[in-house]
Amino acid sequence: MTLAIASLKPEDKPVVLASAFVLVILLVGTVYTLATQGTAPLLSPQYLVQQLQTGSFLGIAAAGMMVVILLGHIDLSIPWTMTAAAMMATTVGGDMAIPVGIAVGVAVGLFNGIGVAYLRIPSMIFTLGVDSVMRGLMVAHTGGFAPQDAATPLMRFFAAERVLGVPVAIFVWLAVSVVIAVMLRRTAFGRAVYATGNREAAAYLSGIRTRLVILGAFVVCGICAALAGVLLAGYSAKAYQGMGTPFLLPAIAAVVIGGTRILGGQGRYVGTLIGVVLIVLLNSVLSIMQMPEAGRQVIYGSVIIGMLLVYGRGARVTS
Amino acid sequence: MNARPSPVLAGVRHNPGFAIALVLFGALYLVYNMMHPRGFSGAVLIQNVNESVAIVFLAMAQTVPVLMGGLDLSVGAIMTLTNCIASELVIGTPGQIAFGMAATLASGTAFGLMNGLIVVYGRLQPIIATLATGAIAMGLALFIRPKPGGRVDDDISWALTNDLYELVATYGWFDADAGWFQPVAWIPVPLIILVVIAFGVWLPFRRTVTGRTIYAIGSAEGAAFMSGLPIERAKIAAFTLAGFFASCGGLYLAIQTSSGNADITQAGAYTLNSIAAVVIGGTSLLGGVGGAIGSLVGALILRVISFYFRILSIDPLLQPLVEGVVLLTAVSLGVFRTLQVKNRLDLFR
Repeated sequence: MTLAIASLKPEDKPVVLASAFVLVILLVGTVYTLATQGTAPLLSPQYLVQQLQTGSFLGIAAAGMMVVILLGHIDLSIPWTMTAAAMMATTVGGDMAIPVGIAVGVAVGLFNGIGVAYLRIPSMIFTLGVDSVMRGLMVAHTGGFAPQDAATPLMRFFAAERVLGVPVAIFVWLAVSVVIAVMLRRTAFGRAVYATGNREAAAYLSGIRTRLVILGAFVVCGICAALAGVLLAGYSAKAYQGMGTPFLLPAIAAVVIGGTRILGGQGRYVGTLIGVVLIVLLNSVLSIMQMPEAGRQVIYGSVIIGMLLVYGRGARVTS
Repeated sequence: MNARPSPVLAGVRHNPGFAIALVLFGALYLVYNMMHPRGFSGAVLIQNVNESVAIVFLAMAQTVPVLMGGLDLSVGAIMTLTNCIASELVIGTPGQIAFGMAATLASGTAFGLMNGLIVVYGRLQPIIATLATGAIAMGLALFIRPKPGGRVDDDISWALTNDLYELVATYGWFDADAGWFQPVAWIPVPLIILVVIAFGVWLPFRRTVTGRTIYAIGSAEGAAFMSGLPIERAKIAAFTLAGFFASCGGLYLAIQTSSGNADITQAGAYTLNSIAAVVIGGTSLLGGVGGAIGSLVGALILRVISFYFRILSIDPLLQPLVEGVVLLTAVSLGVFRTLQVKNRLDLFR
């Protein structure tokens, strides 16, 4: 077993280990439910599909986050980009709801990208400021209350309906995944993202317009966050204050658990996908066990540290 | 040619961000006091300082890892954890209180040490390692205090959140009305605590080899390693010191509110504000430039801005908007340097 892990290619290792851990989670959860209730709900497709439906919002947000992290940057404005997109979509309503929501994401992404790529402000602090501004704008817009406008039927359809017994949200997540994966693997932009993330100076000298690449990555992230927000509003039938806040840290965690290097330049999309599944299943097993919030937080943190200690260790500084 | 530049001017040139922050804070606080309906008074000063202590300590905590090019996303959680611990322990006989305070500070420092050990020997990126340990700290805080509450000794929470006069009067060390005491009796105790810890812990630490190494790591880790500097020790020390400062914040918060509250949202907000305060205080997020005193000023600026909302009776709902705009403006001030760069390769560091 150890030999098999050691002989894996470095970029495959996280994917394999994270998948193995997903199985461990399922196994532990099933043993627990068999022991206490005598049933195995975790293994029923019905239950899994339902968990993935709620996980699809996290999955879409994490997909965008991954593109930015591949550049060695980070987008902390995801929470209120999600919320703003959802609120704008429900406010406008009608046929234009979803396009308006996505447009919010594009605008935030452009703004972030200009600040990070052209003004060279560290993304950590710039996106943090943008997040605060978005929060201020939304609080001013709504007066601090949950807006009364309901999600449009189309938003409801994409987030909460089912087609062929499978929630549409999963199809949306799948579509986003395919687009992001193909973009990262098969397009010049995707290759440029990896190159820029590895060493921006080298990428620049090779003729890559790195500032446009960074701008593009932040727009992709903004769009993903906005889409996740619009869907979440559709799922809960309306937008509400702080709806995006619980998604930021899990999104970063999913990307990193999936093997993407937080300093950029390395990582596969399938890893992020598995990272999201891992976090969603971990959450649902913990809630089946009726684990109090305290225990959840400790386990959550320990899992991230533990997974990273196995395969996420950096190189020793030697020069 | 003959006159050497004064150390003050040299300091300004070395780190203009700190000088700007200091001037900005002075101006903001002066205008605040002039606009205050009751003018400057000891009571207002005490209230202002009390509201600033926690975020100032967190900003100083955040500074140390940032100086070496890292980041500590667990400072807010450590503060919350120590706040909850203090709300259990800082009560009883004087001996028990002293033990409780020591235990609180020790537990925060130990948590910081654990962060350092994970980052150094686990070779994980600080940002993601502390993200995870922050969750663990929140979990422990929730174990200790599932619901807000707890109690802190009344005397200590009264004495430490007022001026020196009340401190002396509460414990009856000497006659608080003595004539010689009057010139200093108005000074708020929290201000003294802040100054003593900021200058008594940070400045001496900065001058040690470990402290200098933190700066060296932030400037160029490879060069620091090749120079034989104790990199691992410095990294562990940086996170340990961050844990200590964060626990100071948590302890004071417990004394001030006389309770503990394991609020995840509040912890996150404190962490993010600490990063903002560090940047406003002139410390570079890339590491190597800045210091905890700058962050102290940066945190005060953030607080003064929120005081304005009160006296100008601006809708508090607008506060996040203004805070965000101030943050973006502050970090954009460095842009002029970027636009002047001739060789674009210099930008890609």
